[in-house]
Amino acid sequence: MPEISDPVSGRVWQRRLVLTLLLAPALLWLFALIVLPHVQLALLSLRERVAPHVYEPSLSQFGTFFVEPLYWQVFVRTALMSIVATALTLLVAFPIAWVITKVARGRASALLFVVCLIPFWVSETVRALGWLILLRESGVLPGLLVTLGLTAVPVELLYHDATILTGLVYTSLLFMVVPLVSSLESLDNSLIEAAYDLGASGFATLRNIVIPHAAPGITAGCIVVFMLTLGNYLTPNLLGGKNSQWFTELIYTQFIVRFNWEQGAAFGFLLLGLSTGIVAIGLRLSGQRFVDVMRRS
Amino acid sequence: MSQSTPDLSCAALLKNFAGHLAVNNLSFAVQRGSFFSILGPSGCGKTTLLRMIAGFIEPDGGDIIIGGRSMRGVAPNRRPVNMVFQQLALFPMMSVGENVAFGLARRGVPKAERMSRAAAMLERVGLTGAGAKRVEQLSGGQRQRVAIARSLVLEPTLLLLDEPLGALDLKLREHMKIELKQLQAAFGTTFVYITHDQSEALVLSDHVAVMNHGHFEQVGTPQQLYYEPATAFVASFVGANNRIFGRLKSLDGEIAEIETADGWTVRARKSGQMAVGGHVEAFVRPEAAALERDESLLPQNQARYVGKVQALLFDGANSAVLLQEDLTRFEFRVALPQTGRFADLKVGERIYFSFDPQRAICFSGHGGPHA
Repeated sequence: MPEISDPVSGRVWQRRLVLTLLLAPALLWLFALIVLPHVQLALLSLRERVAPHVYEPSLSQFGTFFVEPLYWQVFVRTALMSIVATALTLLVAFPIAWVITKVARGRASALLFVVCLIPFWVSETVRALGWLILLRESGVLPGLLVTLGLTAVPVELLYHDATILTGLVYTSLLFMVVPLVSSLESLDNSLIEAAYDLGASGFATLRNIVIPHAAPGITAGCIVVFMLTLGNYLTPNLLGGKNSQWFTELIYTQFIVRFNWEQGAAFGFLLLGLSTGIVAIGLRLSGQRFVDVMRRS
Repeated sequence: MSQSTPDLSCAALLKNFAGHLAVNNLSFAVQRGSFFSILGPSGCGKTTLLRMIAGFIEPDGGDIIIGGRSMRGVAPNRRPVNMVFQQLALFPMMSVGENVAFGLARRGVPKAERMSRAAAMLERVGLTGAGAKRVEQLSGGQRQRVAIARSLVLEPTLLLLDEPLGALDLKLREHMKIELKQLQAAFGTTFVYITHDQSEALVLSDHVAVMNHGHFEQVGTPQQLYYEPATAFVASFVGANNRIFGRLKSLDGEIAEIETADGWTVRARKSGQMAVGGHVEAFVRPEAAALERDESLLPQNQARYVGKVQALLFDGANSAVLLQEDLTRFEFRVALPQTGRFADLKVGERIYFSFDPQRAICFSGHGGPHA
């Protein structure tokens, strides 16, 4: 670029200014709403109250997590449930994404995508309450089961792990469908036909051609859904009630119920660190690189 | 023609797309070991036909018999047919060797054996040791050979090729034409090749079917198509031709005399039935006409015309000159002799030309280029 030459170096300076100004809102946002609170929380989590208004630097909050069985057990349960929910979401979303990209044509494909999107126009709270109406003991589904003669009396369908999983899969579906659609869209149909032509069964084509191609999209979807599920508060709380034992509920309790901000902050960082670790293990096991996943999907 | 059963035969094949007959009641047979091309303009139904043979499209009627076995209800992965796709469709997630071994793996051939068979096949197509490479490391021509190797390693009864040279640049295409023909001769597999490029079809094939509007206009050797076109469509589609529309003025045995709307009279051999006064069209190959500066040097028994040079179309051995006939301003293309005579021809110069009516052909037809 000729502008870089000495006589017009003012132009370069001008350009940098424009770039800085354009990025300023985003940077300000990142700094004020993400970096600052986290620094504050980090400081909170690293101190201990020894007497009223007297604090000392300490790691004891983090120690509590490992010493008290309840805390790490709830975390393990939350992580396992989130992994199961992610796997179920993938199983449900994959056929949907397949139909949208490879089976439906033109308008039908767009319509299906909108059908997936529409539930998200309604707030998550309202959707969770919708599940309550359907599943509670005096609700629609138990009533239907009695009418059909499948159960003698209405059964309580809420407050089970399966209920929580159902709600989580429903809430997460779109975040899995979108990356899957974009990665399946870039899969050339002739590759599928070529595999079929060379004697591959449907399953062999899926395993050897479709999944390797869609791997970055699958991984991206799984990361997003896992993180959202692990950090979800509303759905496990409403659908699982007191039985849900979701890790975010522990954080909520520490901050709001027990005013123990130090402990809550420490749990928050543990959630961040441990979930990042789980994602890293998942990436390693599937042989994907985070940078590739984010670029290709 | 050999006496063996044909590798491919189609009987009354029919395919309808929303009221449009893509393939219209087609019956033909392809002999074992031959190179058979289906040549036609885009939208003529050739791709539909090929995909029906491969099994990706179910015919609405008729039957496809491959190697003596009806393919009714047989899925593509169970047919003794493999296809080389237009964009080749090599698997980017696999190495070259894995691509070639893919079909063998699906048949349950043990890994060691399929890798050695893939390596042997790569050697036969001139890609020794390329097995470990990624597909994107190969050149266009090499990919082409991998795509063919991937199919031929399965020893199919029939290899289908869907315009595989279309994506290559001209130089490579010329080269791959020769390579394809040599590969076909070396393997002896029956090739069914579809293309819209008449030169590919003529160079490569033992037999060519010219397809138009879902049916075959003519099936024959490249020589037959070129010198004995059965229909006006074949004459205009295969090779360069001067197309002259007019009415039949008189018939002298096999020779028809045609008069154009502008009153130009030419003579050509008649093909098929035609009535005096009816619309006809005549075709004269550019190389069938002779040029002379001195009228008396042209054959005395042929009608002689004079034309003004409109343009010189230099193309090496295929060079031609575009003449405008003096009386009617009809544009007539004449091939330049390869001896280099007339290399000094100038635009605007007037020159005599004539052609042998036996080498021109006339069909009954319609009134004009836009009719």
